[in-house]
Amino acid sequence: MNAALPIIALAVVVALALGLRARGGRDMDMEQWTVGGRGFGTGLVFLLMAGEIYTTFTFLGGSGWAYGKGGPTYYILCYLTLIYVLSYWLLPPIWIYAKARGLFSQPDFFAAKYDSPGLGILVALVGIVALVPYMVLQLKGLGIIVATASYGAISPTLAVWIGAATLTAYVMVSGVRGSAWTAVLKDVMIVAVVVFLGVYLPLHYYGGIGAMFAAIEGAKPGFLALPERGQSAAWFASTTLLTTLGGWMFPHIFASLYTARDPRVFRRNAVFLPLYQLMLLFVFFAGFSAVLQVPGLTGADVDLSLFRIALQTFPPWFVGVIGATGVLTALVPGSMILIAGSTLIAHNLYRPLARGATDASTGRLARLTAPVLALACVGFTLHGGETIVQLLLLGYGIVTQLFPALAASLLPRNPLTRAGAIAGIGVGVGTVAAMAATGSTLASLFPTLPGPVQDINVGAVALALNVAAAWLVSLAGRGARAPATTGSRRVS
Amino acid sequence: MRHLRWLALLPFLGMLGGPFVLNRVEPLVLGMPLLLAWLVACMLATSAIMGVIYLTDPENRDAGGER
Repeated sequence: MNAALPIIALAVVVALALGLRARGGRDMDMEQWTVGGRGFGTGLVFLLMAGEIYTTFTFLGGSGWAYGKGGPTYYILCYLTLIYVLSYWLLPPIWIYAKARGLFSQPDFFAAKYDSPGLGILVALVGIVALVPYMVLQLKGLGIIVATASYGAISPTLAVWIGAATLTAYVMVSGVRGSAWTAVLKDVMIVAVVVFLGVYLPLHYYGGIGAMFAAIEGAKPGFLALPERGQSAAWFASTTLLTTLGGWMFPHIFASLYTARDPRVFRRNAVFLPLYQLMLLFVFFAGFSAVLQVPGLTGADVDLSLFRIALQTFPPWFVGVIGATGVLTALVPGSMILIAGSTLIAHNLYRPLARGATDASTGRLARLTAPVLALACVGFTLHGGETIVQLLLLGYGIVTQLFPALAASLLPRNPLTRAGAIAGIGVGVGTVAAMAATGSTLASLFPTLPGPVQDINVGAVALALNVAAAWLVSLAGRGARAPATTGSRRVS
Repeated sequence: MRHLRWLALLPFLGMLGGPFVLNRVEPLVLGMPLLLAWLVACMLATSAIMGVIYLTDPENRDAGGER
């Protein structure tokens, strides 16, 4: 037994207590459970949005990538800034439309905009498929943190089970309000810990940040910039752009925007959230400090770099503090994912298909779905071998395919028809799945293209095919339907 | 003042275009590799630009304020 584990356990207990307290005697109907009664102000929405985006990926994956990849890691900084620029114009019209119709989830929005329950079901399925790798990523992170911080006393497998059980209990009791209040605790801790690590580690090992970068450049020239080929500037720009477009498409992040009290909350947050991303810089500093201090981690093990250097540098109680912070970075997004996922299943799959479903029965089902979904994710976590980054990129690749249909629906005259939207999403997701299954890149698909073009993120191909299919099917549909003014209702 | 919203294109230009021209480690700027320092400068500029857009956007100027 060491000092680290009790500190991590304490963090979990405090998070559970906050979740219980946040419930505050409110009757937990669907409106409260999933969208917090649509009453959150700038502060809470800020924390919820920051909280969902600062996941285990940023904490372990961000430092792990800085350690393993160097320069290409900077893309995280860029897309997390640009999604807020986009949010200024993207989120307010979605919120206004959703509020007027009392929508709960992302598929609700698509179904209402395109007047198609079939499209709603398709979007729900895409959302659930994309959420699973995102959830697995959080559980993997939890496993790494608890196993490392316990100095081996708890196995990663046991840690994943404990984490999933805590998450489920927490979500069933408190809903989205618990997530928001835990996000407060989490963000205070993560800012303090990350800034401390990012300043202290370079200072302790190298004498300063400039000295650290100079030492790394001396030992590995060019590591801190982008390589000529592979993850080059073309890769960087295309990946940043694709993840920016996909950023708001994750069902749990999309749903969090419904919690806002008024649309101005988003515009105000668009000013401050880019500044908040500066915290990532310190995550990178911590990751870079490990490059020359704990060399030799490769493959999926790069995710361990932050903890390896922490173990080597700090006493157990402080490793416990870092571990507790890491656990909270998995709990907040994990709980949001569970809420969004169970809402999707109950509200967008069960409800349209089961006649006679009531608000009460759907709400009950949503809460009962949470443990089932958590169990499924534990299964994938324990049996899949992917690294944190592969999982994240897969999730992003899938959800980005929802962007064209969403963006088109916000235009004054939607250029896409219902069938077009369905075709686009189907083709896009199909392409992503096919390329993930075969491990294709632009270089392997088109070996004759010039180098920089080959480096473009392969997700761009899926998105281009998506837009082309959506547009062509819409054109064909419009042409065929021109004589009839209303057009028949076509579902899927 | 609505045309000021076009300033929002600058962060995209800086972050997506910057790596093509500033993909270098040296010289270190404020201790950071040149590319990283440029991207951090873009982040700070983004916040400032969004602030200007927020303040000049007529959508935010109705009487209500924080409700």
